[in-house]
Amino acid sequence: MIHALANLGLGMLHQPIAFLFGFFDRAGDGSATFGWVIGKILLVLLVTHVILILAALMVWAERRVSAWMQGRLGPNRVGPEGLLQPLADLGKFMFKEDVIPGHVHKVMYTIAPLITVIPAMITFAVIPFTGSFETSGATGDTFIQSWQIADLNIGVLYILSVTGLGVYGLTLGGWASNSKYSLLGGVRASAQMISYELSLGLAVVPVVLIVSSLNLGDVIAWQADNGWMAFHQPLAAFIFMIAVYAETNRLPFDMPEAETELVAGYHTEYSSMKFALFFMGEYTAMTVGSALLVTLFLGGWTFFGLEQLGWAMGVLIFSAKVLFFLFAFIWVRWTIPRFRYDQLMWLGWGIFLPLTLVNVLLTAGALAMDQAWIMWILPLVLIASILIAAWIGWKRDEKKFQPLSDAPGVIPAGAATGEEASA
Amino acid sequence: MTTALFVIFGATALASALLAVTRKNPVASAMWLVMMFFGLAGGYVVLEAYFVAAVQVLVYAGAIMVLFLFVIMLLDLRSEHLMEEEAPRMPILGVAAAVLFLAVSGIALLNAVDDGMFPDAAARATLELDGSARAIGESLFGTWLLAFEVTSVLLLGAIFGAVILTKRRLT
Repeated sequence: MIHALANLGLGMLHQPIAFLFGFFDRAGDGSATFGWVIGKILLVLLVTHVILILAALMVWAERRVSAWMQGRLGPNRVGPEGLLQPLADLGKFMFKEDVIPGHVHKVMYTIAPLITVIPAMITFAVIPFTGSFETSGATGDTFIQSWQIADLNIGVLYILSVTGLGVYGLTLGGWASNSKYSLLGGVRASAQMISYELSLGLAVVPVVLIVSSLNLGDVIAWQADNGWMAFHQPLAAFIFMIAVYAETNRLPFDMPEAETELVAGYHTEYSSMKFALFFMGEYTAMTVGSALLVTLFLGGWTFFGLEQLGWAMGVLIFSAKVLFFLFAFIWVRWTIPRFRYDQLMWLGWGIFLPLTLVNVLLTAGALAMDQAWIMWILPLVLIASILIAAWIGWKRDEKKFQPLSDAPGVIPAGAATGEEASA
Repeated sequence: MTTALFVIFGATALASALLAVTRKNPVASAMWLVMMFFGLAGGYVVLEAYFVAAVQVLVYAGAIMVLFLFVIMLLDLRSEHLMEEEAPRMPILGVAAAVLFLAVSGIALLNAVDDGMFPDAAARATLELDGSARAIGESLFGTWLLAFEVTSVLLLGAIFGAVILTKRRLT
């Protein structure tokens, strides 16, 4: 059934594209050909544009989804369902006056928005967005070939190192603006990034240990054989997801731009396209974060064999997964209120760091014992211990922070009004 | 091509390092230092030491320099303050440190040449030296385990020092 579908629909597309891949592939001895260089340039252009358009659409989605969650309409005038709203926004940003306040450090002020966007964009170079299964003739084994712009052997490290650079844009923007709210936002950004980058990196370590490769294609191939990494490493997947929220400065961790405290934080003094660049950086970082989560923990472009229909299916699966997590970003933003700064720091250093360290040690120990059943029991033990820890914490907090109405000397709100009414 | 790239990255690193020590503005200095780390990382990439290059960016540019910036911004260091507190012995100490560093690295380099640790291309190919994470991990936790552990003790000492400095009272 599935194969019939594959032959009918995707098969028709597959043949010409496979020919194109052949033209754009390296020569037999692995040297670069003209077609290969052209193909790579086209691929870079394509991926860049998809990411940028997605960032623009995310602004629209954010406003529509938040409106939907709050029972409002949101922007629905420009184009069908307001889909052309990003274009209208763009026009507005382009034609607004680009104010550079007199008291800023001009050079840093100008390059800061660029530093926010570029690292987020170039991370996508190593993320595989589709692939193909090939059967090697003699043994009949299938192996996976992942498609991405650059197939780096140290893909995981490349991603961790490049995503960490985005914070310079926020920090420098806040500092160069020479205004107290901007500076506070910048300082918060740098402290928050360092705190959560540790957990982010340590959450990836068990994945690398299990796959025993730093290549993202290998990570996906392993997951295609053994099931999604999120099932083997639920704790790492969970902490990675939360750390990504913190790294992209999204609610509940948007301390650097907390509107209720810092006007707009690090981008208070920015206007016009420079301001828009900060937003593009944030939404691009969200896309990259979702793509990373999907690649490392949720099987990338594979979905229980469905990807064997062809390369187009891989792109579809990958896009669907990424779009789901992009929706989750919006979902969480309009659901969970902002953390307090000390809670944010405590969560990063006091809870996530020890948990990820223990996870790395346990995983390494289990791998050293080299028993299949330990690898299956490990996630269960981890989940059980976290639930127990959370329950103990809950009980302790219940004692410490009893509701105000129970505290001695406080009259419950209802009782007070009742007395007033009777008097 | 490779040599040209290496020269470009090396020149970037050198120029950025010079700018980092000559700038009066601490934030500008820090940013030039970041630039120097990128130059170094580029050099590592040209030498096919991809792992070292990635770690260079990850640890120094991505984490340590962000911490530097954080401290500079938090203390609101300005060039005027630095000028007032400039110690008169600084240049002498600086020159002494530079001479010591050159002496140690020069001796190490000469020893390495004597030991034949710079093989030509043909010999390298037979040695199967590569910059992969596996090769580096094996040499770090095998051949050079003692040096690795001693370095980590050094870092532990630094952490103790920081804790003692920040604690007002030791009880």
